[in-house]
This record gives sequence, structure tokens and C-alpha cells, in this order.
Amino acid sequence: FKAAVLIQRWYRRYIARLEMRRRCTWTIFQSIEYSGHQDQVKLHDFFSYLVDHFTPSSQNERNFLSCMFAEERLLKDSEMETYCDYESIEVPDYYTGPHVSFPLLPDHATALVEAFKQKKQLHARYVLNILHEARKYLIQLPNINHISTCYSEEITVCGDLHGQLDDLIFIFYKNGLPSPERSYVFNGDFVDRGKHSIEILMILFAFMLVYPKEFHLNRGNHEDHLVNLRYGFTKEVMHKYKVNGKKILKMLQEVFCWLPLATLIDEKVLIIHGGISDKTDLELLEKLERHKIISTMKYTKKPEKKKAAEESRSISAWFPLKSRSVPSSPLRLSPHKGSRSASIPCTFTPDRKEIFKKVRQSVQLELKEGQQQMDFSEFKDKEPLRFPLESEPNSCDFQGVNQEEWKQVVDILWSDPMPQEGCKANTVRGGGCFFGPNVTEQVLQKYSLQFLIRSHECKQEGYEFCHNRKVLTIFSASNYYEVGSNRGAYVKLGPDLIPHIVQYQANKTTHTLTMRQRISRVEESALKALREKLFAHSSSLLAAFKSYDLDGSNFITLNDWSVAMESVLHLGLPWRVLRPQLVTHTINNMLEYKSWLNDLAKEQVSHENIQSSLLEVLYRNRSNLETIFRIIDSDHSGLISFDEFRQIWKLFSSHMNVDITDESICDMARSIDFNKDGNIDINEFLEAFRLVEQSYLEDKDSELKGSETNESSCSGQGVH
Amino acid sequence: MTPSACKIKINNLLNKAGLLELQKKIKEAFEVFDHEANDTVDVREIGTIIRSLGCCPSEGELHDLIAEVEEEEPTGYIRLEKFLPMMVKVLSERRYRPIPEDLLLQAFEVLDSAKEGFLTKEELVKYMTEEGEPFTEEEMEEMLSAALDPETNTIQYRDYLAMMVIDEN
Repeated sequence: FKAAVLIQRWYRRYIARLEMRRRCTWTIFQSIEYSGHQDQVKLHDFFSYLVDHFTPSSQNERNFLSCMFAEERLLKDSEMETYCDYESIEVPDYYTGPHVSFPLLPDHATALVEAFKQKKQLHARYVLNILHEARKYLIQLPNINHISTCYSEEITVCGDLHGQLDDLIFIFYKNGLPSPERSYVFNGDFVDRGKHSIEILMILFAFMLVYPKEFHLNRGNHEDHLVNLRYGFTKEVMHKYKVNGKKILKMLQEVFCWLPLATLIDEKVLIIHGGISDKTDLELLEKLERHKIISTMKYTKKPEKKKAAEESRSISAWFPLKSRSVPSSPLRLSPHKGSRSASIPCTFTPDRKEIFKKVRQSVQLELKEGQQQMDFSEFKDKEPLRFPLESEPNSCDFQGVNQEEWKQVVDILWSDPMPQEGCKANTVRGGGCFFGPNVTEQVLQKYSLQFLIRSHECKQEGYEFCHNRKVLTIFSASNYYEVGSNRGAYVKLGPDLIPHIVQYQANKTTHTLTMRQRISRVEESALKALREKLFAHSSSLLAAFKSYDLDGSNFITLNDWSVAMESVLHLGLPWRVLRPQLVTHTINNMLEYKSWLNDLAKEQVSHENIQSSLLEVLYRNRSNLETIFRIIDSDHSGLISFDEFRQIWKLFSSHMNVDITDESICDMARSIDFNKDGNIDINEFLEAFRLVEQSYLEDKDSELKGSETNESSCSGQGVH
Repeated sequence: MTPSACKIKINNLLNKAGLLELQKKIKEAFEVFDHEANDTVDVREIGTIIRSLGCCPSEGELHDLIAEVEEEEPTGYIRLEKFLPMMVKVLSERRYRPIPEDLLLQAFEVLDSAKEGFLTKEELVKYMTEEGEPFTEEEMEEMLSAALDPETNTIQYRDYLAMMVIDEN
């Protein structure tokens, strides 16, 4: 019947176009996320630059540097009690949140879930208490948890949650609460990005303490205070716990480093957060002292010799790039530079040596002064400079792990699978590697394993098999990029070790929308994020466009537009496919690029007093700046001084080769100092440049929220 | 060079540039579905790619196209090097053009035997799943979710078409 065919033909084409849009949207989100990781790499470069070129000329500047390079250490047991003296924290009578007492009972854990559903906040005293107990428990766990399916019939493995409480609540609703009959493994990345990281942690730790045999946690790359500085958990804690936030953050460091690195089911299924590498050595992983790796972002070396030799300098390397190259010998200066091009011996120009000599001298002075205060330096305003160069004679027995052990852990927490054979450095994330099917095969065979379960990457369906079904990625944060962007999933394993996957999407509203509406929403948000990125590169784009505008007509062809876009942004996006969404006014297939760029600019929040080029640079570096701010703001007060701000900005702009006068920096600082007290509130500063999409998203969110129910229905079809 | 020879030369150059651009466009669309970054795409996604490039083939025509680019021994994957020249031809010959709105409307009217200006749910389902190149259950459900007017349980096809057309642009 011709009419029917016609309609069907037309409809199928319509669906195909929607599908293409959906794929492109996904690609946009992923490429923006990955380019965010690239920012991390740039941050690393920035710090290297600082080390090489910056001569602190004043006490302030020295303190500034010291903040960034200070060595972390864990508290000793004696310090622990004093530091986290939660018992002295009073819980006021008007507190309506949940109460917790030890020993913890299943009812307490369930009560926590209920309370958080009702948007209650757990009092700091209880938070610290739980963290304290969690730490005590975690300390006696091995690096690799060996569990068996004979205890409880099925084990449920969940992936990244990233602070999305709705998903955790949904999993417990759909799959049942943890119990002696219902085992769970949570595979890391509980925190950051979402708004309820601390609540998720509390629930997970509570159940872990109540059902230690059945409830297991693996460490993810986000269980790391340095990563938290950047991705929102630190902010969340300080926001929710204004008085005791610092203590909680310190305690979190202590707890995170004790999280086990992996879980092994029936000696056959290995669960790790990121992946593996061709060097993965389970025996080594079982033996190393995992708690010494406080952060996988920063490698702090064991002091090689006890004498303060001139040569034995090593500076904490920030996340060395290309971690696969041969590690440089500890006798060289700036090993982080060495690890980038390890085969080239680092010869030092005399001035660099001079710089470090000067710094070292002043350091020694400070060290002498600060020696007595070393133990509780956290509490003092001045943080004594502590390059781990000088062997601190009475250094608290903190020693790092060796580089090989450190790399093993980084690989486990940061690697991603790739379809091609081989194993190469994960340049996207800046750490870990990309591992191919042959590497998987090799490791599985070596340890007689059946398959791997990992998380770490967002998948549209919530899960994905690869490497011939030997690697399963499971991701439990649904709607990760945006409402409707992806499903979440968890996997159940019985004694037969056959994976059963359950998918879900924890948001009622998505089900009332048609596919078209869902895709449009997600697409809109992706495009907004993309346009913001485009704006951030306005000047480079203008220059690129100009180079194609040979006759000075202010018009370029759409072909040239596509090429120019990729050459500036390096996002690997299908520009020709996206073009109709990004460029709406063309004349004769030509684009008047200046007005197009202007339109982009108009969309963004404008701040009258600030030059637009500055604005652009700020946008581009927003998250890096935020990270730096938070590092500088070592007492987590949320305020940095004028001076500090100017310093950061000066350094940063010289590194980025941005031409900015001192005056404009001052102007900018002044205009941001909203209450004119000489201090800049980090949050206010960032608010001024908040993504348009952020408020857009929040508006949309509150529009559609309507009535929030405790049960979220879902289209969870069991697959397999 | 004579003016006409010059013209021909310019035309050739322009065509070449146009061709190059066309190839880039096709390649881009292809790569969106090339998950392993090895210039191959699952055969089940080819239909989506072809349609998103502006063509509107029927299922039968689609199968013919796929047969042209498949390997001798079907592997389940289509390679870019085979797909590209075929697609270039299809696009430059302007085959499988999209259906104009008035024709679509006529098609609906043909199905609307009672000439009432709407179709009942049962009618639409029957036609779409039993006639022509039948829809799968999923396709039917998806179409109904947007097309069906829940109050009257009918498809007001004029309004539906109007809405879809706006959405396309």
C-alpha cells in the first residue's frame, strides 16, 4: 500500500535524524568532559612552569608556593583522637536529623537512608563518628578483598555514583537494602559532581559497618582530596558543614586512603575502578601499603638518603604525564620534568640551580623556626615550607611508596579499555593507560580470572561489554550529563558468575517525555555547553576565520568554518553534522563570522566592568582557577585576599601568555570584591562567571521537579 | 586558454571542491557511528547514517544500498572505503529525496477512508504494522507517543504533521 510505505519511509527518516542528533549530543558531552581532563594536564604544566621560573621574592610568595607543594601526611594515631574529637561536638536540641550511636545497627543505617530521602542533613558529630569508625574498620582490610558467592546467593556490583543520591536510593529500592542475604560491592567514585556526596558516603559506610561480610567498597580515582578540590566534593562539605568542615575533610583523607583497591569474587572476577595495564601485578598490589597513597594525583617520593645532600632533591611531582616512560632517577632535580622525557638527562642551567639554592636557604631558615610547630601545622596560620628535599631529621615516620607501586595503583584507578591491541599512556586523563584486548587476555590468563568488572566511564546504557565480553563497564549514575542523557545500571552475579544487568533512569520526568523531547532537552544542554566553550575561544576563532577570509569580505564558506572550528577547538566533533544547530543565519552558504561570534558573546553572562578578552580567558580557565583558589585557601574559609588573587592571576596569565596589565588585574579584583573588604569570596567570584547553562539547568530542573516522590518508577528491563 | 576551456577548468575545480566537501560531510556522519575508530560501522546503523545525510529511502531501497556496499562475505560491518563512493553517487544524483509535506498529507488522507480528518489509534496501528513495510512494536509505540491525542484516542494527522515539520526545521 503506497500510502503506508510513504508514511513509514518518512517516519523512519525522522527517527534516524533524531538518532544522529542523540549521538552527536553524546559526543559533545564526552568531548567536553575529556577536554576538561586535558585541563588537568594544563594545570600540571602550570605548576611545572612555576617550579621552573618562579623565584619567590617575598614571604608571601613563598607561602603561596608552599601551599601548592606542601607534602601531605597522615595523622598519627595520637593526633587522631585530639584532631577528630567528635565527642566534644554538641548536638543541639533543635537538631531534627538522624541520630547515630555505636555499635551501629541495621536500623541506624536504614534510618539514615530514610532521613536523607527527607532531605535531612547528618550532624557533623555523627559524620566524624562514622568516618572514625569506618577508618578503624578499613584499616584491617586487605588491599584486595576476596569474597565468595557462597555466603549470599547473589552479589550486586554498582559503579560510579558521583554524589547522585537518587540513584543510590533507587538501587536499594529496586534491588533491596543490603542484608546478610544481599551482598553489595560499590566500585568507587562515590563522590564529586553530584550534590549529595557526603550523604552517599554516610550510607555506604554505615552499611559497611553493619554488614562487614556482605558490603564492600573499592577506592575510585575520586576518593582523593586533590580531585575533590576540583570536582566539587570539597565545596559540598564546606558548604554543608561550615564549622566542622575542615575536620571532616581531613578525616576523609584518612578514610579514603584506607579503602581497598580491588575486590575479587570467587577468585574469578576482578572488580577494580578504572582498569589494568600490561604491568598489573596482583601480588604487588596485595603487598603494598595502600594507605601511603593519599592521592594518586601527586607522587611524593621516599627520601632517599638521610643526609641533607645537595643532590638528593625531589619535589613532589604532580601527576606525571606519560607515566609509562622510564622513571627518572631520584638524583635529578624536578623529576616530574624528567618523567616526561626520561631518556634525556636533565642538565640544569646554572640559574635554576641558583633559584633552588636561594629557595632552599630560606626554606632551611623557616624549617628551623617551624620545627616545633610541625606536628599541628594544620592549625596554624603559617604553613612552614616543606619540600621533601631536606631530610627532616625527626620526620614523623611518613615515607611514601616507591614509584612502581604508585604506578600500579594509578593504573588500577585511572585506566580505560580501548578497542585496539596494546597498552599506551592515557593522555586523555593524564594518568593510567589505555589497555587493549590482548592486555586483558594476558592478565586474565595470568591469574586464572574469568572477566573484569570496572567503572570509571559513563555509558549511555549504563553498562558496556568490550574485549570479547571479558571487560564489563558498569556505571550507576543515571542522567549524568543531563536529565535524559543516559541510564544507570548495576550487575548481579550468582554462583554461576553470569552477569545479569539491570538498567534504570532515576528521574520520573523522563518517562512522561517522548523520545523527541528527551533528546531535545539533552541536546539543548549539550549545545549550550558547547557554545560556552566556543565563546571561550572567541579570539582564536576570529583569527582562524580571518585567515580564510582572503578578500576581507567578512564572509567565509561553511566548509572553511568547519575546518577552522576543529583547528581551534580540537574537540574531534562532527562539525559539518552539527553546523545546522550552531549556525542559523547564512547567506548563499556563506557565514558572516563576526556577527556570529558576537551572538555567541551576547549569550554569556556579561560583567560590565571587565574587558571581554579577560572574560574569555577566565571562562576558559575557570575550573583550573577554581582549583588553584581552593588550594590557596588552605583554611577552607572560602576567602582569598586581594594580594593572593593578584598573584595567582599574574602567574597564570604570564604562563598562558596573556597580555594583561597590572591595572586591569586590579580593576578586576576590585570589581569582584563585592563587599569591599579586601577579600574575595571564591564563590562570589565564580558566581559571576557561572555557566549560563547552570542556571538554565537549575531552572529546568525546578520546573519539572514538581512533586518528588520516594519511589521512582523506571523502565528497568532486565537484560540477559 | 580559450574562455570556454577556462570555464570548464573552473567548473571542474569547483566540482572538485564540492566533491571534497561532500566527502568530508559523509565521512563525518560515518565517524559518529564508528565506535572503534577503525573506519567501520555496524551494518544496522547504516540506515541511520544514510537518512541523516538527507535521503529518504524505503526499507527496500535501503537494503539494496546495503547490498551494494557489503563485503562478499557479510561481516556485519560496512567499511568506509566502500560506503563513501556509493554515498557520493547517491547524494550527487539526488536520489531518495525527502517527501514534501503535501504528499504526506495526501498519504494520511488516503488512509483516512472515512474522510473525517483523523485516524483512530486502531486504524493507524493496523496500517503501520500490517501494510507496506511494517513497523516494529517499538517503532509503533514511539510514533503513538507523539502522535496520539490521549483525550480522543485519535491521531489528528494534520496537527501531527504540522508539529513534526516545525520540529524538523
